[in-house]
Amino acid sequence: MTANGVFQLALALGMLLACVRPLGWSMARVYSRPAMQGERRLFRLLGIDSTAEMTWQRYAGAVLAFGFVSVLAVYAIQRLQAVLPLNPEAQPAVSPDSSFNTAVSFATNTNWQGYGGESTMSYLTQMTALTVQNFLSAAAGMAVLVALIRGFARRNVDTIGNFWVDLVRGTVYVLVPLSLVFALALVWQGVPQTVSAYHDVALVEPTADGDGKPVTTQRIAVGPVASQVAIKQLGTNGGGFFNTNSAHPLENPTPLSNLLQLAAILLIPAALCWTFGEMVGDRRQGWAILAAMFVIFLPLLGLTVWAEHQPNPALTALGVNQTAGNMEGKETRFGVPNSALWAVATTAASNGSVNSMHDSYTPLGGLAPLWLMQLGEVVFGGVGSGLYGMLVFAIVAVFLAGLMVGRTPEYLGKKIGAFEIKMASLVVLLPCAMVLIGTALGVSAEDGKKGVLNAGPHGFSEVLYAYSSAANNNGSAFAGLSANTPFYNGTLGLAMLVGRFGVMIPVLAIAGSLARKKHTPPGPGTLPTHTPLFVFLLVSVVVVVGALSFLPTLALGPVAEHLMTGSN
Amino acid sequence: MWNHLRTSMILLGVMTLLTGVAYPLVVTLLAQTLLPGPANGSVVARNGQPVGSDLIGQPFSKPEYFWGRLSATGPVPYNAAASSGSNFGPRHPDLAKNARERIDALRKYDPTVGAVPVDLITASGSGLDPHISPAAAEVQVRRVATARNMSEQALRALVQAHTESRQFGLLGEARVNVLSLNLALDAMIP
Repeated sequence: MTANGVFQLALALGMLLACVRPLGWSMARVYSRPAMQGERRLFRLLGIDSTAEMTWQRYAGAVLAFGFVSVLAVYAIQRLQAVLPLNPEAQPAVSPDSSFNTAVSFATNTNWQGYGGESTMSYLTQMTALTVQNFLSAAAGMAVLVALIRGFARRNVDTIGNFWVDLVRGTVYVLVPLSLVFALALVWQGVPQTVSAYHDVALVEPTADGDGKPVTTQRIAVGPVASQVAIKQLGTNGGGFFNTNSAHPLENPTPLSNLLQLAAILLIPAALCWTFGEMVGDRRQGWAILAAMFVIFLPLLGLTVWAEHQPNPALTALGVNQTAGNMEGKETRFGVPNSALWAVATTAASNGSVNSMHDSYTPLGGLAPLWLMQLGEVVFGGVGSGLYGMLVFAIVAVFLAGLMVGRTPEYLGKKIGAFEIKMASLVVLLPCAMVLIGTALGVSAEDGKKGVLNAGPHGFSEVLYAYSSAANNNGSAFAGLSANTPFYNGTLGLAMLVGRFGVMIPVLAIAGSLARKKHTPPGPGTLPTHTPLFVFLLVSVVVVVGALSFLPTLALGPVAEHLMTGSN
Repeated sequence: MWNHLRTSMILLGVMTLLTGVAYPLVVTLLAQTLLPGPANGSVVARNGQPVGSDLIGQPFSKPEYFWGRLSATGPVPYNAAASSGSNFGPRHPDLAKNARERIDALRKYDPTVGAVPVDLITASGSGLDPHISPAAAEVQVRRVATARNMSEQALRALVQAHTESRQFGLLGEARVNVLSLNLALDAMIP
């Protein structure tokens, strides 16, 4: 690890921290200010009363209805793309199981991709189905977070906001403007943005395919890439335009585009911590949460960066100079430090875009991304979803602290009761259950075992990674797994649905219950929740829950593989 | 619930027009006007014919050309219409096998080749990596110079000219664009 490597990592994280306050503040304004007259009129045109507040049940109903309609729309566009316009490569209709998987994947902000973008999707599908969901699933996550924050901030009321208003505001005032600027910056660095067909160019040195037939041209896929990549990063979606995502030189052409995309992955999740502090009227609370995220993030980043610099014994034997580290599946322009930082950031945030192939990581280098997903995507996490997950862990943390000293737990002036803890348990347990049950199915069923590429414990890791990614709505993959089959498309789709809506509904229930409660002023026995002690407690809860749930599976996968490294 | 579904459909329709039609088309319009080169894939031409993209690698195996990273795309390497990595784990047998084949090929033309830089014997993530490290170019200088009947010194100067340092001296890694280097070689010594 060189000094320059450390500097590049520090630069990326420093840029991020500098943006937290201004962006966090603007987002708090976007969600709390009253509707302007013009806005109210526009909503009325769409038949929406923007002043009508919703109970948590109505809010959850709206979230579910919108999710359902979104899945149907994305499914339909994929099935019909062959007869729809903007399809210069004449891509045929996508298969029913793959369409289902992709529709669920994009509507749940997972963006798991069983398909290869440039060989499957028409431009119309990329634009009107996938890009649209990149915006809306992100805005929906932010809306649910804001509803939860209102639960903390409000007193003695039944309502937590209006989902339609929150959804539209997040999209129009936050995501679209940021994406516009970001997309143009990406084009400047070399990301294509066109609706013309792919290019055919003459190869400088003609080659031959597997059957010995001569190949004299190269077909270069292009398309409306920049507009999709911008929101794929800002919305922690991660679904690439091309099959190899941000490792593809046209999706991420330069080290600068890489730095910008990396910062964009973490930008909104980190800034929302400030938004949270601002909206509950105590900024220190937001800093405490952000600090807890960094405390988990940094050691795991260190582990992956270190592990990826280790030589592979299988190559050492051949006399290879491995000072550059483990370069299989990595791009020359990024090298190990920028690839490892990305892998950790994209799995800490529930982004899931990749700039290197995680399947080719060293066992311990791949362990950190895997475990970050299994922690429930709360270290930064998805836009909105990461912070509401972390706030649920904070509720669990004050509950545990309350048990220790025998007092009724409270958080931000709200007493935490049995109902909140029951709902919090659902939030924590449902994704864990989906990961473990799914993995068990995947490694037992014939259809599951067929998809594995690498033998031994690494193959187990491929299946474990897939369900960890799906159930926690991340979307990255150990991509050696052939997951575009009815078995994986179906079971992973189900895991994504449970991981998204099975978490959102209890979170909204907590929001509703908290909003009804009165505010309890802090007394001498109140545990302050902005101190290093609380940060430590919160980190411990997240880590212990993650470790207890997943250590056995990690031992069977990456740890076993690590112990076998160097032996035959 | 019916109310929710109706509102969802209306809102999804309106938002699709905004984020799925207007937004990408505005970006396209601006990109095509302001930055037509990169917006169309950074295609490079030789004698008026497009011969590749600055950002996309091509397969090379003749001794008179510099070789790039290994590529795992199918059915041919560097298939820019279907990007793919190998996804080999560190213990996958083909990882070492492909590395050995590449080393053997390097030594076939130049038996003096010693330790080979790791990027030259591994597959890139995209299968389309246009770059190699300066060290991976240096290892090939003797072979290319011999095949082209030119001095190693002159060739090294050309490699140097096609080496990009870290962006702004800070970001990413130093690298050599294989396609543009080979095109320059062809222009110099056809």
